[in-house]
Amino acid sequence: MRKNSRLMLAAGFIGLVLTTSSFAQENAKPAEPSGKDLAFNNKKGNCLACHLMPGVPGAISNTTIGPPLVGMKARFPDKAKLRAQVWDATKANPQTSMPPFGKHQILTEQEIDKIVDFIYGI
Amino acid sequence: MRKLLTAFLGATLLFGVVGAKATPEQDRKATLEYFQKKFPNIKFEDYVNGAFIFSPDAFAQYNSIMEFPPYQTVLEHGKKMWETPFKNGKTYASCFPNGAKDIAGHYPYFDEALGKVATFEMALNACRKLNGEPELAYSDMKTMGVLTTYARSLSDGMKMNIKVEGAKALAAFEHGKQHFYQRRGQLNFSCATCHVQNAGNIIRTEYLSPILGQATHWPVFRAGDNLVTLQTRYVGCNKLVRAVPYAQGSEEYNDLEYYHSYISNGLPLHADVFRK
Ligand code: HEC
Ligand code: HEC
Repeated sequence: MRKNSRLMLAAGFIGLVLTTSSFAQENAKPAEPSGKDLAFNNKKGNCLACHLMPGVPGAISNTTIGPPLVGMKARFPDKAKLRAQVWDATKANPQTSMPPFGKHQILTEQEIDKIVDFIYGI
Repeated sequence: MRKLLTAFLGATLLFGVVGAKATPEQDRKATLEYFQKKFPNIKFEDYVNGAFIFSPDAFAQYNSIMEFPPYQTVLEHGKKMWETPFKNGKTYASCFPNGAKDIAGHYPYFDEALGKVATFEMALNACRKLNGEPELAYSDMKTMGVLTTYARSLSDGMKMNIKVEGAKALAAFEHGKQHFYQRRGQLNFSCATCHVQNAGNIIRTEYLSPILGQATHWPVFRAGDNLVTLQTRYVGCNKLVRAVPYAQGSEEYNDLEYYHSYISNGLPLHADVFRK
C-alpha cells in the first residue's frame, strides 16, 4: 500500500515534469486526475450531484440537496474537520444524504486528500 | 434554518423506521401529511405525475409527448399479444373478472394460498400456466413488458386499492417498508433518502419524485420507446447506489411493490406514460 502510494506519487511527479517539456506533450499519457476532476467526475466524488460550487468554472449543476461549497476555509478553520465530513458524513449527521466516501471506500484516501485540497481552496 | 430543516426531516424519517408498529393506514396517512406539509401547493391527484410536478416546463413537454406517444407501436403490439388466443383457444381476458378491466389497482395482493404477495404480472403468468403456456420472464421487456403495457392500460383511471389484511400480509408489508427505508449499497442511500427526504430536490440536474404516486403509472417509456416496468425501475435505483439488485419477481421486490403501491392508495392508475 505504502509502496503503491509512493509509486503513484512518483508517477505523478514524473508526469508533471514531463508535461512541462514539449517532447512529453506530444506523447503525453492522460494526466493524473486533479482534485477538481475527482470532485466533478460522477463515478468518483460526484460532489456536483448535491453541491453547487459557485465561482468554480465548469461546475454545472442545479442541485438543491446540500449546501453550496463556498468559502470553505472560513467555514472549516480546522481542515481535518472538513476531511472528516467527506470521509464519513454520517458521523456529524446520522440522517445525512451524503455518501460516506472514505468509510465505504468510494474514494481512496489519496483521492479524498486531493478533493479536500481542492474544495479548501474554493 | 437548514439545521432545523434537517432535524425535522431526520425525525420524520426516523418515524418511518420507529413507526414499525403503525398500521399501514397510519403509514399512508403520515406519508400524505408529510408531503402536504412539504408541498402545500401540490394537489393529491397531481402526485401521479412524479418528478414533473416540480417543473412546469418539463410537464408541458410531457403533455405534448403524451399526445402522440413515440411508443404507439409497442402498445399495439401489446394489444395483439393480449388478444391472441392461447393454443387452447382461450385468452388472457378469460382469466380475470370483467375481462381484466379495472383490476390492476388490486395488485399486488397477499395471496393466502400462496402465502406470499402476488403481483399483477404473476397473475398474467398464472393465466398462461393455467392454459398450458410457458411462463414469461419478469425481466423480459420484449414479452412480459409489452404484455403488461396493454394489460395494465385496461385499468386506466381505476384508483389504487391495495389491502393489507391478516398477520402474514402485514409482515410482507412491513418487509417492503423496511426495504424502502433501509440504507444500502456503497453509496449508502435508502429509497427514502431520495424519494422522501429529498423528494422535490434536484440531484445534479434531475428532480427527485416523491414516493406518493410512484406506483400508479407502469410501465413507463423513457426517452422515446424504452419500456421500463416498475420492478425494472427498482433494479435501476438499486444500481444507482451501487447495491446488488434483486431479481424481478423476487419476494423482496414483490413485498417492496406491495408497500410502495399501498402508499399510493386512492390515486388513479395510468399505464404507459412518458418519462425522461
Ligand atoms: C448525495 C448527496 C451528496 C453528495 C454526492 C455529496 N454531498 Fe456533501 N453534503 C450533502 C448534504 C445533504 C450536506 C449537508 C449536511 C448533512 O446533511 O450532512 C453535505 C455537507 C457537506 C459539507 C459540509 C458543508 C458545511 O458547510 O457544513 C461538505 C464540506 C461537503 N458536503 C463536501 C462534499 C464533497 C467534497 C463531496 C464530493 C466528494 C460531497 N460533499 C458529496 C450531500 C452530498
Ligand atoms: C440516489 C438517489 C436514488 C435512490 C437511493 C433511489 N432512487 Fe428512485 N429515482 C432516482 C432518480 C434520479 C429517478 C428519476 C427521477 C424521478 O422520477 O424521481 C428515480 C425514479 C424512481 C421511480 C420512477 C418514478 C416515476 O414516476 O417515473 C421509482 C418508482 C423509484 N425511483 C423507486 C425507487 C425505489 C423503490 C428505491 C429504492 C430501492 C429508489 N427509487 C432509490 C433516484 C434514486
